[in-house]
Amino acid sequence: MNLHEYQAKLRFAEFGIPVPRGKVAFNANEAYEIAKELGGVTVVKAQVHAGGRGKAGGVKVAKTPEDAREHASKILGMNIKGHTVNKVLVDPGANIKGEIYLAVTNDRAARKPLIMASAEGGMDIEEVNRVSPEKIVRVHVDPLIGLRGYQITELASGINLPHDLWKQFEKIAMGLYNCYVGSDATLCEINPLAVVEEYGQTILKALDGKMTIDGNGLGRHPELETLRDTSEEPQEEITARESDLSYVKLDGQIGCMVNGAGLAMATMDMTAHFGEQYGIGPANFLDVGGGADPDQVAAALRIILSDKNVKAILINIFGGITRCDDVARGIITAMSEVPTQLPIIVRLIGTNQEEGLAIINSANLTNMTGAKTLYEAAQKAVEAVRGAK
Amino acid sequence: MAILIDKNTKLVVQGITGKQGRFHAQQMIEYGTNVVGGVRAGKGGEWVLGKPVFDTVKAAREATGANCSIIYVPAEGAADAILEAVDAEVELIVCITERIPIQDMMKVRAILDHSKSRLLGANCPGLLTPGQSKVGIMPGYIATPGPVGVVSKSGTLTYEAVYALTQRGIGQTTCVGIGGDPINGTSFLDVLQMFEEDPNTEKVVLIGEIGGTDEQKAADFIDKHMTKPVVAFIAGQRAPEGKTMGHAGALVEGNVGTAAEKIEKLKSVGVKVAAYPEQIPDLIMQ
Repeated sequence: MNLHEYQAKLRFAEFGIPVPRGKVAFNANEAYEIAKELGGVTVVKAQVHAGGRGKAGGVKVAKTPEDAREHASKILGMNIKGHTVNKVLVDPGANIKGEIYLAVTNDRAARKPLIMASAEGGMDIEEVNRVSPEKIVRVHVDPLIGLRGYQITELASGINLPHDLWKQFEKIAMGLYNCYVGSDATLCEINPLAVVEEYGQTILKALDGKMTIDGNGLGRHPELETLRDTSEEPQEEITARESDLSYVKLDGQIGCMVNGAGLAMATMDMTAHFGEQYGIGPANFLDVGGGADPDQVAAALRIILSDKNVKAILINIFGGITRCDDVARGIITAMSEVPTQLPIIVRLIGTNQEEGLAIINSANLTNMTGAKTLYEAAQKAVEAVRGAK
Repeated sequence: MAILIDKNTKLVVQGITGKQGRFHAQQMIEYGTNVVGGVRAGKGGEWVLGKPVFDTVKAAREATGANCSIIYVPAEGAADAILEAVDAEVELIVCITERIPIQDMMKVRAILDHSKSRLLGANCPGLLTPGQSKVGIMPGYIATPGPVGVVSKSGTLTYEAVYALTQRGIGQTTCVGIGGDPINGTSFLDVLQMFEEDPNTEKVVLIGEIGGTDEQKAADFIDKHMTKPVVAFIAGQRAPEGKTMGHAGALVEGNVGTAAEKIEKLKSVGVKVAAYPEQIPDLIMQ
């Protein structure tokens, strides 16, 4: 689960990291009021789950509250990489003297947390990594011991941070690591961690923030679950999560219902394998769970049917411990609860597959066809979509 | 011969009193696995399916001589259950539980690295040595003894491949599900090494998916150390970037972990890569 910049910065502040005292506005007048309250120059920033906000025109500097209102009215409703902007953050302007990058993330290959710093802050870190990877200092943290002071020294000296900023930097790095652990995050990123002049002092401040939370850790952080912003998610994905189904919306026409994530991916691949030449492909990834329970099948069917692009449905179930005849009965029951005229191709394999297929065939549902192999099922689904066009 | 488990494996079931644990314990006993007992704190002294229940893994190990444990406890207690088995020095720990927070698994890994135990999973279907022992949730009848070793990140996709092999009369030494989590106990590389050393395994099937670099590392290992032919299948060729496809580990990050990258790498070291799962037996027979 991704947090918005303003949510991430509020969380950082809870861990002692200095952040600007901006506020979120949902309309242009609120942006005006916030800018007026802050006084001076402000920055109006789109709050949207997409990168490259600046390049897309989603971040603007405002000299006056009127400017802030003007910018907010343009940014709100803007589409950034397919995401509509519903709110803006109005932050006070800062007198920036330098920009650092600082992040904690999971290093999957090393199986450890990784803390990274770079003197090349404010830029796209992936670009820095591509052009000059040596400019990123990386330190692995032992998850049993946690981040140690000497490791922060390695980072600070590695990026040539002036000595007078080390104390602040240590507090921020430790705060960021604690935030990562205390939030079950998979990423906590400050970019830029800016060197700013404020009231005659030089301080480090997190001007931008990004956080991703491990969905499997959310149970331990109910306060973070309330930060979930579903306004940018497809309705189908929200419904699927509520039904405890694993679903990802795609842009094809074949609704796929499969038990098991690996098999679900393989099924998607097969529909594209046959359909690509006709512009046909999978409408979704959907794992109904290994057991293909009838209630889950019905819920899955509802979600697939709510996607108006879907022209055919492919059900691919491997009956392992679950028997295919039980699954077949579940599918028939689900069909009576969620009727549809769309062509449905059912492939059942594994325990009692013959009995399962017989149940599907004898149900006399004219729109439903059986298939013996995944190969055949995918071909039939593609043909069905072509016929429907 | 086989790898990891055989008819001498003595299994203890952690979470045997729960719905899943009890159901699968029954299935394993029916398959012929030597289940010697179960563990559930607070239920020590009871009996389930004719097997003694112990309060701790340590007590179960002392009383039964168990050398393998399987974990069917909910995600919030799963890391604890693994650590308990490590502490009891169980040689092979198989964790079926899914949705364990990744930071828990990082800690578990750090402890495992300095222990006497091997972990398989989490979020895996377990493993099966046809005709000898089944530890996990794989349907037993789909497999049959033979010369092919199977290693996979997926559950039902493995069943699909194993079943297809069995239907064509090609048996298996051991079928191993390493699981779909980003941080797990046993990698492709570990299992490939075991298959390479197992005299009864002649060929190997590797079933991977998008996300991470495990398949790429496997390719390097195959290139340098394997004499036995490997056939592979990689799921998720049409997966969009930045979306988790069911398995927590099945996620393309930036341009790292795409199916295309993995397929290309495997092909470059001479691995035959199937275009779809049903093609695997054809490539094995070639």
